[in-house]
Amino acid sequence: MTVVARAPVAPATAPIVELEKVSRIFGGSTPVEAVKEADLTVRSGEYVSIVGPSGSGKSTLLHVLGLLDRPTSGRYRFDGVDVGELSDGGRTALRGRGIGFVFQTFHLLAYRTVLENVTTGLIYNRTPRRERRRWATTALEQVGLGHRMDFTPRQLSGGESQRVAIARAVVARPNLLLCDEPTGNLDTKTTESILDLFDELRRGGLTLVVITHDHAVSHRAERRVEIIDGVLSERAS
Amino acid sequence: MRPEAQNRSHLGIRDLFNEALSGMLARPGRTVLTILGTVLGVAALVATLGLAKTAGNQIVTRFDALAATSVSVENRDEGYGDTAISVIPWDAEERLTRLNGVVAAGTLSPVSTQGALVRSVPINDPLGQSEFAIDVYATSPGLLDAVAGRLATGRYFDEGHSERHDPVAVLGPGAARRLNIGRVDQQPALFVGDTTLVVIGVIDDVAREASLLDAILIPDGTARELFDLQAPAEVHIRTELGAAQLIGSQAALALAPNQPERLTVRVPPEPGAVKSAVESDVNTLFLVLGGVSLLVGAIGIANVTLVSVLERIGEIGLRRAVGAARRHIAVQFLVESATMGFVGGIIGASAGVLVIVVVSAGREWTPVLDLAVPLLAPFAGAVIGLVAGLYPSWRASMLEPVEALREGG
Repeated sequence: MTVVARAPVAPATAPIVELEKVSRIFGGSTPVEAVKEADLTVRSGEYVSIVGPSGSGKSTLLHVLGLLDRPTSGRYRFDGVDVGELSDGGRTALRGRGIGFVFQTFHLLAYRTVLENVTTGLIYNRTPRRERRRWATTALEQVGLGHRMDFTPRQLSGGESQRVAIARAVVARPNLLLCDEPTGNLDTKTTESILDLFDELRRGGLTLVVITHDHAVSHRAERRVEIIDGVLSERAS
Repeated sequence: MRPEAQNRSHLGIRDLFNEALSGMLARPGRTVLTILGTVLGVAALVATLGLAKTAGNQIVTRFDALAATSVSVENRDEGYGDTAISVIPWDAEERLTRLNGVVAAGTLSPVSTQGALVRSVPINDPLGQSEFAIDVYATSPGLLDAVAGRLATGRYFDEGHSERHDPVAVLGPGAARRLNIGRVDQQPALFVGDTTLVVIGVIDDVAREASLLDAILIPDGTARELFDLQAPAEVHIRTELGAAQLIGSQAALALAPNQPERLTVRVPPEPGAVKSAVESDVNTLFLVLGGVSLLVGAIGIANVTLVSVLERIGEIGLRRAVGAARRHIAVQFLVESATMGFVGGIIGASAGVLVIVVVSAGREWTPVLDLAVPLLAPFAGAVIGLVAGLYPSWRASMLEPVEALREGG
């Protein structure tokens, strides 16, 4: 891929994520407000980390951002679309096309090859069959696993598995890459290489939101947002 | 972007089957065990239907040759003891052979000899038994043909013997043996009480009315003259193949036009009736068994699919994350369970056909099976799989992606 020098983010780029007073309250006898009136704007091309201790509402925020969960109140515009007005199916389609996910536990299909795992990211969003293999191969080469395409996940190390998951997340060319503790299961050295990969993707123009409790990870991002007890606050990097 | 319009998430048919197939092949051992229930159920059903049909067909072919052409007419039992007078006329044979479809007909009447014993030419053998109680029947000339009998030697009596009241007799093989009469060329005589009869023939075998084998047969006219026979007791008719039902409906009227209701006509059961009776007997039991095993198979599929759903929660969550709609998840699991049912149906139908062939070979039967049964069996299996997969698929599709991703980690 072409390496582009890190350009200062111009405030003019279009916002991908716009949260306005978004709250997520879990019901029950004692309702828990996991996210409290959060305001957050992530512009195209930004690399944002969200840090916070466990139980602070990080995952809930990620699920809301990733259209996996609906906010209880507030307004969420993703890429200019008011998500609150979408049906379940509409959000699913938007998610499949616009957002790539990277999970702490990889979520690879153990019985499929690396290449098939990556094409899973394409089968639900109308990518023509003949395009898929090409896109998946490109994505795998991008994460440095062009030589592992016919392996199964069992034959891969943790770092390689996470690279496959990242390839799957970016193969559909999403607007936003959401990472939930992407290095939580990896050792320090592997973590470094994954973070290098994020930098590279970021330079390619991808918008990244990484949720982590690891400050070493969050320091690599250009913006840091802290969440404590469901309340968001911007931190200087 | 207009996500609600043409950009809904989508899963192509080929991709759907590809994903479902991979899902099944991921755990081949379990898939095989799951299919087994359907295999057994379908095999039991196919084998049952086939064996019932085979056995039914077998029994029918055995009946056909003999029984299906046999009609008999006798006086209806009026319930007043034996005082009722026979309405069968002496010319019954003539009347019946005029009917189209009758091959042969003849009267048959037991003759009362007042308990007289029968002996042949006296030989003074103080040790041997020489007198026997043997049934005497009066018949018309056509009876031998009507019961499909063959002569071993000599001849059967004819109309002339009857009209002249000739004292002649034809012996059944059993009677001939007891009376020690083997040849008729020297016109051996036998004595029924004080009446002398000349033996003119010996029967070899009869296909019906086995009682004739041990009897002495004399012409109607002779019986009327010598033994005071009042009227024929019954009539036996041999028909063309397939004409039995028709003759059965005409015989009574032909014999007693004034009072046909006083006659009882026995016709062989309709071939179809025999077949379906046999089939339904065999079928009911085994169809129930087959149905039960199918049910067990369906429950097996439902069970395993449900377990599989719970086990694959992570996969479901991931698929939802990469854009699979609820319906895509449901359809994938439905296709998996329906495919398992379909494959089970194919294997089961093959096994069922094999069972039919093996059993038929063992019994030297001709295997008979409706072609539709093995052809439809896989689809029945698919429907069973589909029905069994409904609940698990619904469960899978109702999973919230957030929970699925969390639990499936």
